[in-house]
Amino acid sequence: MAKRELQEVNAGSMADIAFLLLIFFLMTTTMDSDTGLARTLPPIVPEDEPPPPPIKERNVFAVLLNSQNQLLVEGEPMDISELKDAAKEFIENPERKDNLPEFKEIEVPLLGVVEVSKGVISLQSDRGTEYQAYLMVQNELARAYNELRQEFARQKFGKDYKDLEEDEMKAVRMVYPQKISEAEPKNVGGK
Amino acid sequence: MAKFKKSRRGGQQAINTASLPDIVFMLLFFFMVSTTMKEVDLKVMIKPAQATELVKLERKELVTFIYVGIPNKAFQALYGTEPRIQLNDQFATVKDIQSYIAQARDNMRESDQAKMIVSIKADKECPMGVITDIKQALRKAAALKINYSANQMAE
Repeated sequence: MAKRELQEVNAGSMADIAFLLLIFFLMTTTMDSDTGLARTLPPIVPEDEPPPPPIKERNVFAVLLNSQNQLLVEGEPMDISELKDAAKEFIENPERKDNLPEFKEIEVPLLGVVEVSKGVISLQSDRGTEYQAYLMVQNELARAYNELRQEFARQKFGKDYKDLEEDEMKAVRMVYPQKISEAEPKNVGGK
Repeated sequence: MAKFKKSRRGGQQAINTASLPDIVFMLLFFFMVSTTMKEVDLKVMIKPAQATELVKLERKELVTFIYVGIPNKAFQALYGTEPRIQLNDQFATVKDIQSYIAQARDNMRESDQAKMIVSIKADKECPMGVITDIKQALRKAAALKINYSANQMAE
């Protein structure tokens, strides 16, 4: 029994094993990270509770979407490409018009007292509306808010909205809260 | 020039493949880290909708999925061609959503339960009626944070 020399393990097939694993993961992988539009639903109102006080007409931006995927904004037909600017004008109300939303002054950390729009966007869709069309409307409205926040961040902090610190972002969000109300469904314009 | 000739004289040399496993392992690790296994077999056909203002779903453990779409060819005889809801691995109706959400919430850590997000993955041609029903059911189940799943739109 002579003492054997320690033999080296043959690592030549290591590559094969690794390839096998690699191919397995290549096959099973799905690279798509989950993305989407985040929204918060309103909590359900108990039946015995009195309905909330009505909101003034001028503070509501009514967007209706019918089963033909056509838009009706504040009583006027509109193309989706114009929706973002219309929503922006509604929220901002740059000329303080009487038919556009009122403002209230609130105390925002970091910024002091700021005028915040009381405007609410109300989105109503038909049961027959296509999901894609509905999402596009949601998307345009979100874009309006995002652009407003971006402009505000540039003006106040001199930075892009996405580069802001956590508390600065919170302040900007307080100035431009995303108020999109997804109203209860109705059958608009028939089936 | 002299140098070139000298090296050629030895004939074809085998490439050293000793570092090949390392390279393959590197690729392997990349895929292992970036991979997300398919959680469920989709029984409905979903062509994802598209949008631009997307947010990423960061923490997978907070997310519960609801799939909506037309059943696959194999299931059409049984379930028809109207858009249907799929929860986990089976077809369901709007009535099942509440218990499904309650169950998903129970499986979560207590500290995470308030942060629960429900992601609605619906086919882009699906009518809003189904989705509105789902939304109402989610409101009743007190799962108010939702996410309309969509892919990045090509510019």
